[in-house]
Formats: sequence, C-alpha cells, structure tokens
Amino acid sequence: MSLQVQGAERRRRSQSSLPLQVLLGFLLVYFLVPFWWVIVNSSKNAAGLFGGGSSLWFAEDVDFIGNLRDLFTYDGGIYTRWLLNSALYAFVGGAGATVLAVLAGYGFAKYRFAGRRFSFAVLLGAVMVPATALVIPTFVLFSRLGLTNTIWAVILPSLLNPFGVYLMHVYARDAVSDELLDAARVDGAGEVRSFLQIALPLMRPVIVTVLLLSVVATWNNYFLPLAMLSDNDLYPVTVGIGQWQGVASANNAGGTSLWSLIVMGSLVSIVPLIIAFLSLQRHWRGGLSIGSLK
Amino acid sequence: MTLTAEPAPPRTEPATGAPGKVRLREQLTGWLFVAPFGLVFLALLVAPLVYALYLSLFRKALIGGTSFVFLDNYTKVFTDPSFLGGAWFVIRFSLVLIPLQMLISLAIALILDSVTSRFARFSRLMIFLPYAIPVVIGALMWGFLYSKNFGPLHDVFGAAAPDLLSSNMIFYGLLNIVVWQWAGYYMIIIYAALQGIDPTLYEAARIDGAGGWQIALRIKIPLITPALLLILVFALIGTLQFFNEPQILRDLAAGSIGPDFTPNMYAYQQAFGLANFNYGSAISFALGGVVFVCVYIFLFATRKRGSFLS
Repeated sequence: MSLQVQGAERRRRSQSSLPLQVLLGFLLVYFLVPFWWVIVNSSKNAAGLFGGGSSLWFAEDVDFIGNLRDLFTYDGGIYTRWLLNSALYAFVGGAGATVLAVLAGYGFAKYRFAGRRFSFAVLLGAVMVPATALVIPTFVLFSRLGLTNTIWAVILPSLLNPFGVYLMHVYARDAVSDELLDAARVDGAGEVRSFLQIALPLMRPVIVTVLLLSVVATWNNYFLPLAMLSDNDLYPVTVGIGQWQGVASANNAGGTSLWSLIVMGSLVSIVPLIIAFLSLQRHWRGGLSIGSLK
Repeated sequence: MTLTAEPAPPRTEPATGAPGKVRLREQLTGWLFVAPFGLVFLALLVAPLVYALYLSLFRKALIGGTSFVFLDNYTKVFTDPSFLGGAWFVIRFSLVLIPLQMLISLAIALILDSVTSRFARFSRLMIFLPYAIPVVIGALMWGFLYSKNFGPLHDVFGAAAPDLLSSNMIFYGLLNIVVWQWAGYYMIIIYAALQGIDPTLYEAARIDGAGGWQIALRIKIPLITPALLLILVFALIGTLQFFNEPQILRDLAAGSIGPDFTPNMYAYQQAFGLANFNYGSAISFALGGVVFVCVYIFLFATRKRGSFLS
C-alpha cells in the first residue's frame, strides 16, 4: 500500500468531513447503548432495576462489588463453572479447528493429488451448510453413540470449520510462494519441515484470524450446547444465562433477584471477548478481508 | 509489523515436477495434509446428515412402533402450517433485513473510508464490537432495553412507548437486534475491501471531474462487489436459520413468539420438546436443503460478477 500518497490525499479530504463525523457520532451512540445499559444496570440491585429510576443512569447506591460477589457465589459458584466450561470448549474447539484448517488449507493450496478438485468442491458446498442446520442431525447421531451430555458433544462439532479451510487455502495459495518451497526442497528440507518453518510463519495473519473467529464462534455458541447438554454443570455461560433468564421470566415474583445476576453475568461474560478482540485487532483486521479480496 | 506476506505473483498451478515417483509422493503428502480435516468432515458433517436423512424416512407411532414411511415426513413438512408459517416469516425477514443491513454497513464503511481521524478509527472498532458479543447476550441486552419494566423507552416516551416485544412489533424488535449485531462485522469486510482499492483511481476520477458521490457510486461500489456478494450469502444463510434471538426473546416477550416462530425453532421443539426425532430431522433436513438450493442458485446467477466461489 502506498501510504505516503494516501496520507497526503487523506489530509486534504478530511477537512470537509465534519458532518460525516457527527453522523458517525450518532451511529456510535446506537451501537454502544446496550453496553452502556448493561454497565449501568449491573451496579443496581433488584430494587434499583425495577424501581422506576432512570434506566440509563446509575441509582443512588452503586454496588458493583456486591453484585459481583452475588454472581460468583450464587448456587455454589455455578457461574465460575460455566465460565470455565466456556473457556474449555472455546479453546480446545477453536485451537483444534484451526490446526485442522491450516493443514487442510495448505494441502489444498500447495499439492496436487487425485480427488483434489472434487474434495475442494465438496468443501465449498459445506461452507454453505449453516452450523445450526447440523445441530439436530449431530444430536441424533451423538445420542445413538452415547456422546450427548458430555464435553465432547460440544467440542467435537466445533472442530468442523470449512470456511476456515477456505480462508487458509486462499491465503496460502498467494502468500506461500512455490519458489520458496522448491528452494527448501532442493536444500533437502522434508515436506513437514518446509511446512513448519516456511509456510507457517508466512501464514501467521490468517492463522490468528481463523483462531480468533473459531474461538469466538464456539464461545458464543448457544444452539449446539443447548441441544446437547442437560447437566447444569456442563453448561457454557451462554446456556447458563439463558436458563437463568428463563427462570426469572417464568416466576416474576421470586425471579426478580435473579435479574441483577443476569445483568452482571452478561457483562462479565463479554469482557474476555472484548479484551481478545481489542488486543488482537492488528491481526484480525487484515485477516477478515481475505475471503472477499480476490 | 511490515507486510511479511507479500503476495506472490498469482499462480494457479503448483509446480508439477517429473512424473512417477515424485508425483506419487506429492499426492501422498497432499492427502496426508488434508486427511485430518477430511476425517472430521466425514464424521461430523457427512455422517450426521446421512443418519438424519435415514431417520427422517421413518415414523414412530405409539402403536406399531417405528415404521418406514419413505418421504411421508417431507410431504408432511411441506404441508405443515407451522413449518410454512415459520419459513414465510424468515423469508419476509430476510427480504427486509438483508438490504437494510447491507445499506447500513456499506454506508458506515464508506464514511470510515473517507474520514480518517482518530475518532473514525475508534468508531470503527466500537461499531464492530457487537460482533464479539454472544447472540444470546446481545438479544438479552436489547430485550432489557425494550422491556416495559426496566427499559429506557418507557422513560423517554412514557405511555406512548412502542412495545417492541409485542406480537405486532416483534418483527422490528428482532430486525434491530440482528442489524446491531452483524452490521459491524459486514462493515469491516467492506471496509477492508475498500482499503484494497488503488487510490490513484480516485485521483484520476477527480481530474475527470467526479465528486465524492460519483466516486463512491461509480468506482468504490463496483470494485467491492465480491465482498458485497460474500456478505449477502452469509446473511442469507444466517437469517434463514434464525434461531438464537427469537428463542431468547421468547421468555421476555410472552406470547409474541410461538414455538414454531421460525423453522429451526419448530425443529427444536419437535426434537427436544416432543422427542419426535424423526420429524425433527425431516424439518432440519428440509430447511437445510432449501437454504442450500437457494444459495447455490444465487451464486450461480451472480457467478459472472465475481462471486467468491469463482
């Protein structure tokens, strides 16, 4: 990218951009309002939530710490358990999916083999099969095999990421040059070594992107664990909060104290993701465009 | 970090060396790289689909046990008012949602592409943020905001506040949640594509007398068509499979969302509420098939415009 040229060009253009910046400001308010609501209301107790005060501003007594303590001690600390489950599913599932995708993407991009074209066409077809469509079929198969209501019921289906393979393929095809691989082969490097030492470092941006996207997809998954798990102790945080919300809505009187836990629980559950996205933005920003920049 | 991954000159075919031994080794290595994913693919995509297809051809009755009914379940699916009602809802929803969402994300991306301030960079990140939020939490957050009990709409509008959870407004309530959640993700994809355009094109256009609007409409948008198509396909697949948001809002919006609100919810209810796995599988399969066919037709129709599968 020719940054100098763009820089000069941009400085000239940005002078007339005040109306656009104002418009951007309004958009920002819209996109951030829910976050603001959750932050403000996680500081309230049930009385503050329901007690007529402004819902977009803090109540008299701000009690973050008390609500946090309630959240983590409620029902024997079940929320901590859910957070750990989410982390386990997301990291094992996401890392596994990424390893499989990088191997397959590299294989498709750099080797000719019988059946390659056909397999790749099948892969592209699979990109079109939404994960939610597979939930019930996978459930019936897993229940036959006795795998439902185990951690594998959530981790194994998360390993399947055809779009990740596609992204890896597109990136490896262009970024890992054949000349480099040929040169390594001439120097006597085996296929595995050239993959590990030449291809992997070159593919780092797409690897970070696919890893991040798979981890987030697994962390955020709701339908799959909802269908697969019936044991409270195995729930990820999404299903756990969903369950609390169901209980709280069902009995309006006894459930009111749960609402402040739900709000606090929602806030706590999104913090790890926000940190991951903000700290890794350098990597995923380039990576997200891979599929569309051909 | 400088660009470590300087794209090599495009080559479609990897070097094919001497035939014989080398070729065979290359073949084998290639297969070995692809094999682990291949196994997962067979075990977790092909096998469940085949098994569900098999199940969907049977019917379990209280008297007489399980019997083979061939395509009867499918005939039932496609004449079942619950399935058709749900399907009609998601189709209507897609028709409104997708253009709206694309327009919003395209507009934001175009603004961010032409404004470069620290504030614009900050906005870009914040608008993307909802994508990182679990759909369940996103739906819940908006559910709170809509709520009569503790939402701000009541503070602002008083008794005239629109109840976005009521049965005739829930369409818009859901529309807003989905746009909020995904517009940032699509915006980032479009933005990245816009950044990939050679800026000398704009200079040339400006010399020819083109203004900002003309550059956006005649240069930027045509050049990012592949990105727009990619988004369209993703949005279409996601929306036809609508499940999480209405499922979560069901409890908050008492009475507005039935168990057969979308086809996926109906399949879930059949399979898990009523333990009718045969019929649940058939619904899942019918829906998956419809989506698959729709998307393939769409991709085929737009093939010449540089679809991402070309």
